[in-house]
Parts: sequence; structure tokens; C-alpha cells
Amino acid sequence: MSDVAIHHDPKPGEHGWTQTGVSNEKLGMWVFLGSECLLFGGLISTYMLYKGTALKGPKPHDLYDIPFTSVSSFVLLMSSMTMVLALSAIQRGDHQRCRVWLATTALLGATFISGQVYEFTSFVKEGMGYTTNTAASSFYTLTGFHGVHVSLGIVMLMSLFMMSVRGRLPQEKSEVVEIVGLYWHFVDVVWILIFTVVYLIP
Amino acid sequence: MAIIEAPDSAPLALPSGGTVAPHQALGVFSRPGQSKGWRSWITSVDHKRVGVLYGASAILFFLIGGMEALLIRLQLVHANGTVLNAAQYNQVFTMHGITMIFLVVMPLGAAFMNYLMPLQVGARDVAFPRLNAFSFWCFLFGGLFLNSSWFLGGAPDGGWFAYAPNTNPIFSPSHGMDFYAIGLLITGIASTVGAINLVVTVINLRAPGMSLMKMPVFTWMGFVTQLLIVFAMPVITVALFLLLFDRNFGANFFNVKAGADPLLWQHLFWLFGHPEVYILILPSFGIISETIPVFSRKPIFGYPFMVFSGIAIGFMGWGVWAHHMFASGVGPLSVAAFSVTTMFIAVPTGVKILNWVATMYGGKLTFTTSMKFSVGLVGMFTIGGLSGVTHAVSPSDLQQTDTYYIVAHFHYVIFGGALLGFFAGMYFWWPKVFGYKLSEKLGSWHFWLILIGMNLTFGPMHIVGLQGQPRRTYTYNKGYGFDFWNMIETIGAFIIALAVLVFLVNVFSSRAKAKREHITVGNDPWDARSLEWMVPNPTPAHNFDEVPVVAHLDEFWHRKYGEDENGRPVRVKATDDVVQAGDPTGVHLPSPSYWPIVIAASLPLIGYGIIFNLGFAALGGFVLFLGIYGLGLEPSMDPDAAHPHDDHGGHDDTHDDAPAAADDEESHEEVTASE
Repeated sequence: MSDVAIHHDPKPGEHGWTQTGVSNEKLGMWVFLGSECLLFGGLISTYMLYKGTALKGPKPHDLYDIPFTSVSSFVLLMSSMTMVLALSAIQRGDHQRCRVWLATTALLGATFISGQVYEFTSFVKEGMGYTTNTAASSFYTLTGFHGVHVSLGIVMLMSLFMMSVRGRLPQEKSEVVEIVGLYWHFVDVVWILIFTVVYLIP
Repeated sequence: MAIIEAPDSAPLALPSGGTVAPHQALGVFSRPGQSKGWRSWITSVDHKRVGVLYGASAILFFLIGGMEALLIRLQLVHANGTVLNAAQYNQVFTMHGITMIFLVVMPLGAAFMNYLMPLQVGARDVAFPRLNAFSFWCFLFGGLFLNSSWFLGGAPDGGWFAYAPNTNPIFSPSHGMDFYAIGLLITGIASTVGAINLVVTVINLRAPGMSLMKMPVFTWMGFVTQLLIVFAMPVITVALFLLLFDRNFGANFFNVKAGADPLLWQHLFWLFGHPEVYILILPSFGIISETIPVFSRKPIFGYPFMVFSGIAIGFMGWGVWAHHMFASGVGPLSVAAFSVTTMFIAVPTGVKILNWVATMYGGKLTFTTSMKFSVGLVGMFTIGGLSGVTHAVSPSDLQQTDTYYIVAHFHYVIFGGALLGFFAGMYFWWPKVFGYKLSEKLGSWHFWLILIGMNLTFGPMHIVGLQGQPRRTYTYNKGYGFDFWNMIETIGAFIIALAVLVFLVNVFSSRAKAKREHITVGNDPWDARSLEWMVPNPTPAHNFDEVPVVAHLDEFWHRKYGEDENGRPVRVKATDDVVQAGDPTGVHLPSPSYWPIVIAASLPLIGYGIIFNLGFAALGGFVLFLGIYGLGLEPSMDPDAAHPHDDHGGHDDTHDDAPAAADDEESHEEVTASE
């Protein structure tokens, strides 16, 4: 922020002043992510309770394609790196690169989502629908909620991209990218947890 | 403007870096500019107006929930009552619980916290004013959505606790429980967004010098409450989604036939539900921690203990949920562990009660209506707290479970605790909010009627409960010996209704009197202690002319009073020299906006869509999408708005819309992601 020409430090009571020096928007995102931890905590607990119980039909563990999911997990992890590159680009004022990396991040996210759609379809073909058994219901709900979070992240990234294209994302607002980045990294971290707990641990 | 890229270095020829924003985001609405009339209320982003709206709506829902309570009492006045049949009774007691908890006590707390927390920390508004307005509308529409179920095939009938699998379509075939799940999801979004907002406000917008340990106790308790909401709401969100998916999409979370665990719902629900009871009571604890020192003319006794016991309650509230499930077969180890934690949580609560009593001890007590309600809380909550300890003893709890003894307990803590505290707060801060006092005479009637009424209503429930009258049951037979006390309870309920009527009369007559006789209340009617009284009554739109620099807990008091050589307080400054003038020169406030109400209105549409016809949901989704982008792209301060005392003509216009995009993405993420 400091290298922007017209910038004056807000005084107490003015817009933009904060007691901690962290902006309201960023702090708000942190608190929100704290709340999200409990959301995924609840969903993961439900899955843990039900992962071994299925009165009929295949359980998710019978169907997992670990190599395939490993690749799509890797794709999602790489998107965190491109997100950081986008942030670093806009902080330097390099709007061109920022757009490229934002688009790449969104694309990697979309690849992950496509992988999930493919995975769901193949599971259903193999006989595990949403209503087949308790394990299936909890598996689809947990990973589905995560998928929705990634999709919303993609929408945010595309919005940032369009804002940048239309000239509404100048360097001094780079924090917006940082905040979306926080969300994006959080969703990635949650996936690492899900991948470990749901897929890898038998 | 300072950062325009050289166009030739851009092969894609995309413009970038400009900060010129269209002033009418999406071109749908022109920016509202009224400061009076209904339009100014529905577009207001002022935390004080939002607080008043919360309070007014909560009182409206209080009347609805109260009528439901009277219906319950009419049904139970005699053995084999015929006012309601079993199905109607189930709906009425369910809606009574939902209404009182989610649409009355929580929003009343939100009303006080919204109005007072920014003032008590010395801020001009909350951190995200438009999201604050969104929270309110979201709560209101969620509440109306829940109540619309009466006319659309039947209200929820599975209890406010909605124990699955009892709430599966087989046992609860009407749409009621869908209304429950979706309605609470909507009000849950409201609470979560509001909580994030106030948490950030407290952390970030405290006035210079106000360290955490100089915050008023009310703000501290509000802060703990909001943190509890932030972490408890997502848990019930999960439970509600699972219930919704079970009922509408055939999932198997609570389908025992498919091998589901019938305790899953109870665990999720009470993991939310127990922090929830502290969400209900802590704001009132905060309120009377403000009123008792003022009317005892002593500082609060043991401020750090007050704060840390509140924090302790906040933490320990997460470790006691299974005491709601002693009778469900969770196993001896769990029962023993949760018995111990439950007894233990009585300790910080006891510390608070001790501190209030010690604050009054040796003080110069003035029994205003507000003080009467505060002392009433201390007494009534203690009764409820003690019966709570008896539930912690699990063998005794097994006898009490599902009887009226439990009903007696939670009404003593929620009615005798939370609600009495809110009334104490209303009488105390009414002059702050509206510029006139409520009548003390009618207030006294209000207090004594409500105190007698509640003890007649809920006191005998201890007795019939121990005699075995089951709760949640629409009638009882003659000869069980319940008749007499049930009659007394019903009489008590009508006395409470009379007390509420007195309160409403008080509100309107005091207002009329103040208008007729041009009574002004002065700036400091109670000789108060905290920062909110440093601005004129009623509070001007911009709160503080100049943000105060805080040096003490009870800053306002310390500016008025010094100490003589014996340590006794001596007036050093007249009130009017301490209170600010209320001059808005140079203050820029966030502009009103239509988007919060638009976004909030889309959510019930989506709800109706899921229940009845996906067409509504599509429409609602479209409005939601549009609303989020509208809000996100609209600058939080309207660059076109006329600033009557604009003093910074020399500034570049970058400054004017700089706040815009910072709010942008943030607001739209929170809304989208928390659904």
C-alpha cells in the first residue's frame, strides 16, 4: 500500500482506521474462515461416523481411485501457488501477470471440479448413489460441500479477473486479491484434510 | 490514477488501474438519499437504526410467541383440555420455542449489541454497515418465513430441538419441518454475518487507548456471545442441511432403517444448543453489569473476574452438551464426564452472581425500574441456575428428564434471566435511543406484575414436574393431581400477558407525553459510567464528533469525577462539558443502500422454491446473484451524496471511492459462502 501516490493514513474514527492495523475486511475473512472450520468439522465427523456403515450397496472405500484423486488433489494444491503468484503480481503493479495467474487459478480449480464430477459419475455408475446407504450420503454431502466452496471460489476469482479487465482492480486494492486468496487457501487446506481423512485412511 | 499501465506493453490491450467507478452499480437503483420516512428505514445502514429495527421486530415476534404460550396454558388449564388437539398443540409448542429463542431472545440481544457495542467502544459504526443491515433483513425475513408455515400446510411440529428421526417425513409428514430447517438456516446466516461484523468491530474499531481490559462489561459479554455464534452456528447449519437432505433428497443420515445412528442429530444439535443457551443469556449478564454499578454508584466489583468468568463460560459451554442426553443411552463414561463439566460450569456463573451482589453491597442503591429488573434477574436466574445444578446430577436428571421440572428450569433462566435483563436494558437505555424516559410508575407495575406472573407460571412447574407431569404432551388425565397447579400456572401466564400490555402502554404513553410536554431528558439521566453517554441523547447519526481517547474503564465517569484525599468521588466537570456537542462537521458516514434488503428477500424465495416449486428457487437465486454483485460493486460511500459539511475539497477523488472495492469482494464472499 505504501507505494501508492495518493494515500493518507486514516485517523481514528475515519474510514479505514483500525486498532490492530489489520483491515476490517481481512479480519472479517479470518473470522469467517474460523466459522467454516466448524462447518467442515461437523461434516467430517458425520462422515467418520458413517464411513463403515452400509447396509446395502458399495461403500465409498470400495470405489476410491486413489491415483486419480491424488492427481486432482495435486492440481488443487498447485492452484494455491498460482493464487500466491497472482497476489504478488498485483502487489508489484503487474496487472497483466495478475490476470494470467487469476485465470490459471480459476482454471486449475475448474479442473479439480471436473475431476470431482467425473468421480461422482463413475461412483454412481458403479452403484453408489446419493441415497444408497449412510456412507454414500455422508461422502457425497461432505465432498459436495467442499466442491461448492471451490466453485464459489472460482466465481470470486472470475469476478476479480473481470474487475481487473475493466480497470476496477488497481494496485492499491490488492488486498481484495489477498482476501480472496485467504479463502482459496482455506478451501485447499480443507481438501488436504479431506483427502487424508476420507480417502487415504482406510 | 497513479498507476496506469503503458498500453503498448499490454498485448491483450486490457485497461487497468483506473479507479473511476460507475456511480449507479448495475444501474438498477439510484442511491437512496432520504433520512426520514419508511424508505430511510429499509435502506438504512446505521447500526443504531438496525438495532432499533431488531428490537421492534423482536417485540413483534414476542407478542406472537406470547400468544402461543397463552394457547398452551389455556389448553393445559384443565385435565383433558380441548382448546387444541394433539397435532395443533405440537405445532404451537414447537413454534413457541422456536419463536422465543431464535426470533425474540437472540434478536433482542442483537438489538442491544448492535446499538451499544459500537458506541461503547467509541466507534462511528460497525465494521461492515451494509452487511449489518443485511443481517437484520435476513433475520426478519427468516422469521416471517417460519411463521408463514401456519398458512402453508402447517407449522413445524417436532419441537424446537427437532429430534431426528422423529422429524423424518414418516413421523412429520407436513412441510413444517422443512420450514424449520430452511427458516433456521436463513436466520443462521443472519446471526453469523452479524457476529462476524461485531467481532471485527470490537477487535478493530475500539477508540484509541481502549485496551481490551478497559472495555465495558456489556461489550465484553457481547464479544463472547458473538464468538459463540461464529462457532456454534455452523454446527447447527450442518445438522439442518442433513435434515433437509434427508427429508427432501432421500439421504440416509437419520434413516434408522438404513442403519443410521439416531443420536447423530442430538449430538450435532446440542453441540450447537448448549453454546446457544449462553448466547441467549450472556447479553443480559452484560446489561445488568452496566446497570447495577450505575444504580449502586460504585464501579463493578472485580471487573477482571467478571470478564474472565464470561470467557470461561464461553469456553466451558462447549463441553457440557451431552447433559441434554443423559437419558438417551450415551453410556456411563459420557454421563459421568458431562455431569462433572456441568457442575463445573456453575462456578463462573456463581462468580458473576457474587460480583453483582458485591457491587451492590455498601453501594448507594437507587431502585429505578431498570435496577428492579436487574436485581430481579440476579434472584430469578439464581433459582434457575440452582435447578440447573440438580440436572447435572445424572440420577436425579433421569427422574426430571421430559417433565415440567425441566420446563421450569429453562424458563427461570431464559425468562427470569435473559428477558428480565433485556427489560432492565430497555428502561436504562431508552433515553439514549429515543430521547425520553419510560414512565417509572408504569415501569414499576410492569416489573412487579412480571415478577409475580413468572413465579406463578414457572414456580409450580417444579412441583408438577417432580410429580411427573410430562412436557411436550398436549393433555393430562383427571386424578393425576396436576389440576390445581396447572390452573395457577395459567393464571400466572395471563398476569405476564398483562405485564407485557403495561409495558406496551408505557412505551406509547411515555412517547406521547414526551411529545406533548416537550420533555427532554438531558444528556446523562442516570449519572452513567460508559462511553455511550458521552454523546447527546438521542444519539446523533454520526455518534462521536471526535473519537474519544480512552484512559480508564468507565471513561465517562472518570471525566466527570475525580477523587478527594479520602478516595471519595468528587465532581470535577459538569456533564455538559463532558458530553460532546453532536456536531457532524467533517464526518463521512456510509451511504444507505437498497441491496441488503434485496439480497435478504431472495433467501425466503429460495426456501419456498425448495419446498414447493423450484421455479421460485431459480428466481430467488437470480435475485441473490444480482443482489450480491449489486452490493459488491456499489461503493460503500456514495460519491454523489452531498456532504453538508464537506471539509475536504482538496482531496483527490480517489479517496472518495477507495473504500468501495475493499468492501466489495469481502461482502459478497461472506454472503455466498455462508449459505
